[in-house]
Amino acid sequence: MPRPTQTPAINKAFALDALANHQIRLDGRKPLDQRPWSINFYAQPEDDDEAGESAGDSGTASAGLGKVDVRLGKTRVIANISASIVKPRDDRPYEGLIYITSEMSGMTNQSYIEGRTTEDEVLTARLIEKAIRKSEAVDRESLCILAGEKVWAIRVTLHYLSDDGNLLDCACMAAMAALRHFKKEEVEVRGDEITVHKASERAPMQLAIHHTPLCVTFAYLDDNNLILDPSHYESSIATGTLTLTLNAQRELCVLSKAGGTPLAKHDLMRVVRLAVDRVRDMTKALEDALKADEQIRVIEVR
Amino acid sequence: MTFAPHANADGSATMQQGLTTVSATVFGSREPRAQSRGMLLHDRAFLSVEVGEAAWAQQGGSKRSRGDKRLTEIAAAIRDTFEPVVMLQLYPRTEISVYVQVLGSDGGILSTAINATTLALIDAGVAMADYITSLSIGLHLTQPLLDLSGPEESDIPHLVVACLPATGKITLATLETRIHVDRFEEMLDVGVEGCRVLHMEMQAEVRQRTTTIVERMQMGQGSTAAVAA
Repeated sequence: MPRPTQTPAINKAFALDALANHQIRLDGRKPLDQRPWSINFYAQPEDDDEAGESAGDSGTASAGLGKVDVRLGKTRVIANISASIVKPRDDRPYEGLIYITSEMSGMTNQSYIEGRTTEDEVLTARLIEKAIRKSEAVDRESLCILAGEKVWAIRVTLHYLSDDGNLLDCACMAAMAALRHFKKEEVEVRGDEITVHKASERAPMQLAIHHTPLCVTFAYLDDNNLILDPSHYESSIATGTLTLTLNAQRELCVLSKAGGTPLAKHDLMRVVRLAVDRVRDMTKALEDALKADEQIRVIEVR
Repeated sequence: MTFAPHANADGSATMQQGLTTVSATVFGSREPRAQSRGMLLHDRAFLSVEVGEAAWAQQGGSKRSRGDKRLTEIAAAIRDTFEPVVMLQLYPRTEISVYVQVLGSDGGILSTAINATTLALIDAGVAMADYITSLSIGLHLTQPLLDLSGPEESDIPHLVVACLPATGKITLATLETRIHVDRFEEMLDVGVEGCRVLHMEMQAEVRQRTTTIVERMQMGQGSTAAVAA
């Protein structure tokens, strides 16, 4: 395992002093400020038809649907969704499949080694899995085409481009933005025969999404300074982190405080309440981005 | 609770909660092994935790590889839970290794593993600021339930809490199912209270064991004294 770079004690002392005495962080934020979100959906390719045919199984993905580039400060994640028609699992014949795959590359993080999965990577992947798959964000039964025979398999691929701290929140936002943006092709069932209609023939359908869970990460510096959305440097000096996944309905989907600084119960509840407010703002940012995209994107039906 | 089931470890304990059995073994503080020498810290010890699961304890008896994501996650959670509580600064330049083996799983692996680790660390004589006790709490309609079994765990929302009984502070809290924020607070309350009770049980066990050890030592001294006389 590569040893993480140790930060000089004097840098740490400076950061902690600024936070304790002036309530300001190294990048000028207040303790409970989040870096600005930037959510950009990929533009539509000029020629829809050709792109649609080349993919074979999923024309909508290549039509620029379900592809999003999310930035949180300098942290950047690209999410891409593809759909294909597969045979369902034998024990769950009525349910579609959802896969979430993610990979870190050398450009994400300095502690990366080729060919080995780091612990960070595993933990991030597990939390996203819990946030999106276990909380049943996507209705899986609506992905069924023919019971026991054919279902949609939705694959969410996350590309971590740069990690300036808080990769998880960014990745979760990217995955949810992509899922909300994605449209699968309309399928017609006649008896045992199914016809997949291309996006140019019939308007593609949105996925049935139950709720939009979003992650919020807090970090504790020096035992009692709570900060929201830690940068890479801040997470390296943090004594504990705490991630919550909530939706706009004030439901807690995942709470993960795996060790770190012990917190009193009322402190923990305070963090939960802060997160509820944050998630409201984040949901709004996402809805605005989706709405703005809807206005410029044309899905032409001939 | 069983202390020292392993003869050649510095400390070990087996914790059984219902049908869940977890055994924890502690080696250390010791000189870092060759493969983890790079992790050495000049001013304190570092903790390394490995979690394994016996083949018969797994669902369907399938053999899982060492790189299992779920076990990696449990190992990371145990390490981060104990890091602020074990007095690492007392053992500079050393490694404290904890090996956790799940021998039977019927819900609440993480909390049983944490309890077993606490006992094993105590058995090894590693200095700690406090016990860490852990429990899972479920919620059925509006009724919180303590220490869930396997089938319960897969069906109802549940929360795992680990806390320091002396201060009631929470070091670990994980929730994996959807629940309303207001219900969460109730579950947390019940969990912290449950951890306190568990602490009393564990402490009674530790005291009893220590008393036995002291008695035996005195017995040994008595016999040498007799031989000398």
